[in-house]
Amino acid sequence: MATIVQRPKLSLLERSYFPAILGGLWITIKHFIKMLFGQTKVTMQYPEQKWDSAMPEWYRGAPTLVKDEHDRERCVACQLCEFICPPRAITIKPGELPGDNRWSKVEKYPEKFDIDMIRCIYCGLCEEVCPEQAIFLRKDYSITGLTRSEMVHDKEKLYELGGVMHGLVHKWNEKK
Amino acid sequence: MPSLDLFLQPEIFLVWTSALKTLVILGVVLTMVAYSVWAERKVSAFIQDRIGPNRVGWAGLIQPIADGVKLLLKENFVPGGVNKFFFSIAPSLAMIPAILVLAVLPFGSSLFGVPMVIANLDIGVLWVFAVSSLGVYGIVLAGWSSNSKYPFLGGIRSSSQMISYELSLGLSVVPVFMITGTLNLGEIVQYQVDNGWMVFPAWFQSGGGLLEITTDNGSMFGLNLGQSLLWIPMMVSFVIFLIAMFAETNRVPFDLPEAEQELVGGYHTEYSSMRFALFFLGEYAAMIAGAGVIVTLFLGGWSLPFIPDGSQGWFWGLVNIGTFFAKVAAIIFFFLWVRWTLPRFRFDQLMKLGWYVFFEVALLNIFLTAGILAYLQS
Ligand code: SF4
Ligand code: SF4
Repeated sequence: MATIVQRPKLSLLERSYFPAILGGLWITIKHFIKMLFGQTKVTMQYPEQKWDSAMPEWYRGAPTLVKDEHDRERCVACQLCEFICPPRAITIKPGELPGDNRWSKVEKYPEKFDIDMIRCIYCGLCEEVCPEQAIFLRKDYSITGLTRSEMVHDKEKLYELGGVMHGLVHKWNEKK
Repeated sequence: MPSLDLFLQPEIFLVWTSALKTLVILGVVLTMVAYSVWAERKVSAFIQDRIGPNRVGWAGLIQPIADGVKLLLKENFVPGGVNKFFFSIAPSLAMIPAILVLAVLPFGSSLFGVPMVIANLDIGVLWVFAVSSLGVYGIVLAGWSSNSKYPFLGGIRSSSQMISYELSLGLSVVPVFMITGTLNLGEIVQYQVDNGWMVFPAWFQSGGGLLEITTDNGSMFGLNLGQSLLWIPMMVSFVIFLIAMFAETNRVPFDLPEAEQELVGGYHTEYSSMRFALFFLGEYAAMIAGAGVIVTLFLGGWSLPFIPDGSQGWFWGLVNIGTFFAKVAAIIFFFLWVRWTLPRFRFDQLMKLGWYVFFEVALLNIFLTAGILAYLQS
């Protein structure tokens, strides 16, 4: 059933707009004065103030490569992350470890490891899929560049951002 | 020194002092225009609990310069299909009237014996109305020559707006002339110096006061019957004039020609770069000129109670000039404040308001003033 809402009957004073206008002016000037005397809480001034300290543990920032505590690269170039990455942001060129290396017959290593940060959607699937705990999403979020090539993180950059990860990580955090 | 004598010959003296005044006023007003844009952004930000421009210079004070540079460097694009001639003169037509109005505004008493008004016309007020209404041509031509629907609608709205406020604007100041008996803006201000501001008639020269305190220089502070009676029509005039000024300068709540939520950018949708800037600055220049007219007609111009005028020394002359611009700034703040408070009127509402309410009230107000004046004289 249709409800009929009666229009309110306005008095002459109300129809003259004046009370409403003055009321409005009063509200805005209150805001103005409060702001003028610094009593208003304003939004965070971004580049100077940042949220970084309040960021949760499970924050998904830029994907990075990590080394273990013996300064060895953990990645074995299995290419699982490249395969699972939904937007295909990861490009890996696997290489064989040099002959004198103890693991040369066992493992591969990434000769090139590029993540295109224009493509990356910060989904965290690469981290989830990695069998070696070599790739992690860290807390860097302000990834900028002036050219497309600058936005492609190469291996060096990825290790620089990633740093060292000690021991095994319980990475199946339900929030991540 | 013979050359100095030459400079002091009356005609030549008039020429170079006028030129100097023109330059200074133009400089001051254009700076004010730039900074009222800044003030607009700051005031709007503060009212909306934001900070506003704060990157360029301290508290964003260099922002207007940055904006100007940006607008200068942008491409001055002329869309195909426009009427080129009118398209290019429209922005100047919007800017020039606002600046011409400034010529007759007395922005100070006198400095070193030179009256602080560029052109002391006896028909000052008529000049103001004649010239400031021309501003609408800039908008109408811009809307029409752009050959695009939104500017066209803006132009049409602008003309419909003009015919609805112009009448009450003109009629609302008639009582002022009836009381002062002159159209010369300088003399209107002088009247207010002697007899109290139009909206604040708290001192007077002739006797007959209800309540009076005589000061040492002979003028009396207090209320007198005639002026208290005349204060009523003056307030009515003031309110109507103020509201009509909002319409004249295309400010919210009457910014129908622009109406960015409905008409994209209104009449200046197709404009870019410096041509757009001229419209934009013209709007603020018109606002300053309008505020100057309000101050001159109703708020006592450059005068403050008990502050002597420029004949008492250059210091007071400067104080008077400062007073004028301070009052103008206050009115501009009021314009900004209203803009960030009120929603826009629909244009049938505006026409209704203009024709059904303000026109009649202004007309009645004239008769009321005439009646009071006749009563006082008898
Ligand atoms: S976070 Fe997602 S999108 Fe980004 S590289 Fe890893 S798998 Fe690809
Ligand atoms: S980062 Fe992990 S998943 Fe990706 S190639 Fe290296 S070991 Fe495989």
